[in-house]
Amino acid sequence: MTTLATPAVKSSTALKPAARRRMGSAIWGVVAWVAGIIFVFPVIWMVLTSFKQEQDAASNPPTWVFTPTFDQYAQVFDRNIMPFLLNSLMASVFSTLLVVILATPAAYALSLRPVAKWTDVLFFFISTKMMPAVAALLPVYLLVKNLGMLDNVWTMVLLYTSMNLPLAVWMMRSFLLEVPREVLEAGEVDGAGLLTSIRKIILPIVSPGLAATALICFIFAWNEFFLAVNLTATNAGTAPIFLVGFISSEGLFLARLCAAATLVSLPVLIAGWVAQNKLVRGLSMGAVK
Amino acid sequence: MTDVITRADPKPEAPVVSPKGGAKDRWVRRAPLLPALIFAIVVTQVPFLVTIYLSTLDWNALRPGDRPFVFLDNYVTVLTDTRLQSALLNTVLLTAGAVIFSMILGLALAILLDRKFFGRGVVRTMLITPFLVMPIAAALLWKHALYNPAYGLINGIFGGSTDWVSSYPKAAVIATLVWQWTPFMMLILLAGLQSQSEDILEAARVDGAGAWKIFTHMTLPHMRQYLELGALLGSIYLVNTFDAVFTITQGGPGTATTNLPYEIYLTTFRKFEYGEASAAGVIVVILTIIVATFALRVISSLFRMEESR
Amino acid sequence: MHKRNGKLSLLIAGAATGALVLSGCSGAGSTSGGSDGDHTITALMVGNPQMEDIQKLTAENFTKQTGITVKFTILPENELRDKVTQDVANQGGQYDVATVGAYEVPIWAKNGWLHELSTKSAADTAYDSADLLKPMVQSLTGDDGKMYAAPFYGESSFLMYNKDMFAAAGLTMPEKPTWAQVAEFAKKLDDKQKGVAGICLRGLPGWGELFAPLTTVVNTYGGTWFEKDWTPKVNSPEFKAATDFYVNLVKNYGEKGAAQAGFTECLNTFGQGQAAMWYDATSAAGTLEDPKASKVAGKVGYAYAPVDKTAYSGWLWTWAWAMPKTTKHEDDAWKFISWATSKDYEQVVGKNLGWSRVPSGKRTSTYSIPEYKESAKAFADVTLGSIENANPQNPGVQPRPALGVQFVGIPEFADLGTKVSQEVNAAIAGSSTVDKALTDGQKLAEDVAKNYK
Repeated sequence: MTTLATPAVKSSTALKPAARRRMGSAIWGVVAWVAGIIFVFPVIWMVLTSFKQEQDAASNPPTWVFTPTFDQYAQVFDRNIMPFLLNSLMASVFSTLLVVILATPAAYALSLRPVAKWTDVLFFFISTKMMPAVAALLPVYLLVKNLGMLDNVWTMVLLYTSMNLPLAVWMMRSFLLEVPREVLEAGEVDGAGLLTSIRKIILPIVSPGLAATALICFIFAWNEFFLAVNLTATNAGTAPIFLVGFISSEGLFLARLCAAATLVSLPVLIAGWVAQNKLVRGLSMGAVK
Repeated sequence: MTDVITRADPKPEAPVVSPKGGAKDRWVRRAPLLPALIFAIVVTQVPFLVTIYLSTLDWNALRPGDRPFVFLDNYVTVLTDTRLQSALLNTVLLTAGAVIFSMILGLALAILLDRKFFGRGVVRTMLITPFLVMPIAAALLWKHALYNPAYGLINGIFGGSTDWVSSYPKAAVIATLVWQWTPFMMLILLAGLQSQSEDILEAARVDGAGAWKIFTHMTLPHMRQYLELGALLGSIYLVNTFDAVFTITQGGPGTATTNLPYEIYLTTFRKFEYGEASAAGVIVVILTIIVATFALRVISSLFRMEESR
Repeated sequence: MHKRNGKLSLLIAGAATGALVLSGCSGAGSTSGGSDGDHTITALMVGNPQMEDIQKLTAENFTKQTGITVKFTILPENELRDKVTQDVANQGGQYDVATVGAYEVPIWAKNGWLHELSTKSAADTAYDSADLLKPMVQSLTGDDGKMYAAPFYGESSFLMYNKDMFAAAGLTMPEKPTWAQVAEFAKKLDDKQKGVAGICLRGLPGWGELFAPLTTVVNTYGGTWFEKDWTPKVNSPEFKAATDFYVNLVKNYGEKGAAQAGFTECLNTFGQGQAAMWYDATSAAGTLEDPKASKVAGKVGYAYAPVDKTAYSGWLWTWAWAMPKTTKHEDDAWKFISWATSKDYEQVVGKNLGWSRVPSGKRTSTYSIPEYKESAKAFADVTLGSIENANPQNPGVQPRPALGVQFVGIPEFADLGTKVSQEVNAAIAGSSTVDKALTDGQKLAEDVAKNYK
């Protein structure tokens, strides 16, 4: 293959500036914009609603023009959101760290220096992900209770680690496979030790993939609700638990709920927006450079 | 660079160093794997063994004291109960519906995003946003702010007083899931599109192939493995859908949207029949293994794809 | 070279996991409190306005005086019920106090999961347990005659109606209407063009949603879930007549989206002036009379729960503070419970947050506080009358095997009621029929009855 990188080639196609084609691309651009706005609109509506009074939030027809109020956010902070955010942060960060620490060597042993039955091992990891969490909840609850670890952030760290481990092993494996064999072999011939080749050759190549894996694990851990609601209480309650506390069977709650939903989604939204290239890379299992 | 031609080349040799050598070497190879493997076994398999044990007990948590050993009675109860069968059917419908629609939409959006236009980065940011919203928040948002017949946004914009959740319960749940998972599919498929070799497409264009022909004869075959990857990952996550069902429909009306996870949840937390719930859990795991063996074939082809890179 | 490095990587990996496991264990030690000198209690409660109020008032008015810190967790009703039941049934011990509904208290008391509170409340003269409303205490009492939870606030059900709409149509609501009269009013006042429903009724599935009002209709129509000897009566003519009546009423003259409407949706519909009547909890009145939250403040009339064969038909519900047996802070927990359900706390709420927000419906004395009477004059009398006339032991026309007006006080009822409610809900949505719902319901009820015969 003697071609250049893709972007360069793409721009070369633009060298044929047929007006019709430009028209066409403008139309597709408009279509894309419309699609984007439709997809993001529920989120915009959520944010708008969070600045309304409860009565306006529950009006029919919907209220479009209103005086924004911070009342709902004030109420959310009144309920002391910080411990919940901190618990979520701890559970997500530590489980992500643990996932990366466990998954990277494992992926290494399944790719660059594979064990004999590496396909079986990889299948085992993936199959643990297929079991519905609800089927495991009861025994997990009973075990955690007997260990005295209910309502404990570290329990959530361990569970989120096992929840994200299969995907992380799979993703890290595909990133490690990108390490050019020739370079690795050349390093070995030169007598570079394993640590050196990890530090000098492997890490620079896979570190973007590592970041992508970590981001995706963080998102899944932050957003997890089912295990959290059943295994935590007052001390280790995470952000989703705080959120559902705003559903009330007695009284209006939509605006407050939207304010809380906006706040608890914000960290992941920002992380995802800022690092969206990582997201693309991670989910494509390293197909895009 | 991945491209069609190298992919077509048979490239069976995978690892740098093929797995051979003495016992010591084998353990050296295994060492980095062991922490993760042991961790996964302890955290996922020990609970499963406990589930099997619990499934043989007649244990209702609301009646403390006796929990006699009943061997397979719980399995008989669960398997003869039509609720489990309908839950199984609902699981298949909800998962397949959500995966298929999010794949189609995701592919369409990926093709749009693969073009150049003004503000492409902004549009991509808008499109990935639903995936980043906390699922429980998304479910609550759709239920209360969009579907609500009295003050929901859908009726607010289009008029009428359709009660979306009870008139079209499955569609309501699927639409929420599709909204959340389309970005996920889109990102995977976009990666596939961008890994197409542009000069081959260009060559085809020069040869006079139409856009549609290029799409069906070159792009789709190239995309097959990415479609498989998306379908597989999507299914793994969506088959366990709980938040959306729990929040939006509570499994209703009737049992129209009660899927397997929710049915087991009901047995555990509303009936407190721990024995029955465990038996249902074991059955689900067995079904999963059956489905997984088929899914793993797909994965195998994905591994071949990775190795050919 | 190779091998040494392999071992090294194993060592590193091992050390890393080891360190994390260790730190996990130490984390466990430090976060799970429970030492003797620690005056912190954990409280789980539903997200109702009264609970939000106590969360706001606790630091200033309780912790300051007693030195006891209270950590609150708020969950929606369904999650809370699932979670507390799970925690208590398995002796998880995550909570020192929790809000528990009238349905669970006697069941849990029987299972030995709750501390009895009679001894402590009797010893505390300032607490004045004789002041607690009798039906409330009754519904929180176990088979041994002891009280197992202290009522925080209580409610019955009554009929709310929009006085303007009734006046405009020249109709008069009797103080104690019958269901036949209510159906007649609903027919006359239903105005689809103006977007006004004749009546608002719950249709949301759930034993505590749809079946709260529906069971009271069944009761007054002469039906019951079970007879005294546990004979299931779900497909009896009375049960069917009541359910048909309810489903037809809500289908013909009910609010839009009735199949997804619970208390909140109805509160909104009626509060926006989009329904002429609403049959629901007495606790709705406080919000309806608040001009900031409702467009019908001052325009609402209140009548007793509609009846057919019985003299009264209001339900009885209370959220009560209970102390699980697993608590390690018994004394601190009682201090909190007795404060939260005391006369003093009502004063604290009244003075700090306003008298309409007093957690009412549990003490006779509440209804003689002048400020409260003034703020609740529209509905206080009907509320008190409804509660005093509710009989959890015998709410219908036949003797009952278990406690409860709008529910059957047995553990299986949550599942039974919810499953049947899903089918009745489908009938309201038009995708099924009442006949099918009740035939299936009878089968489910027969399964339940087997446990008791």
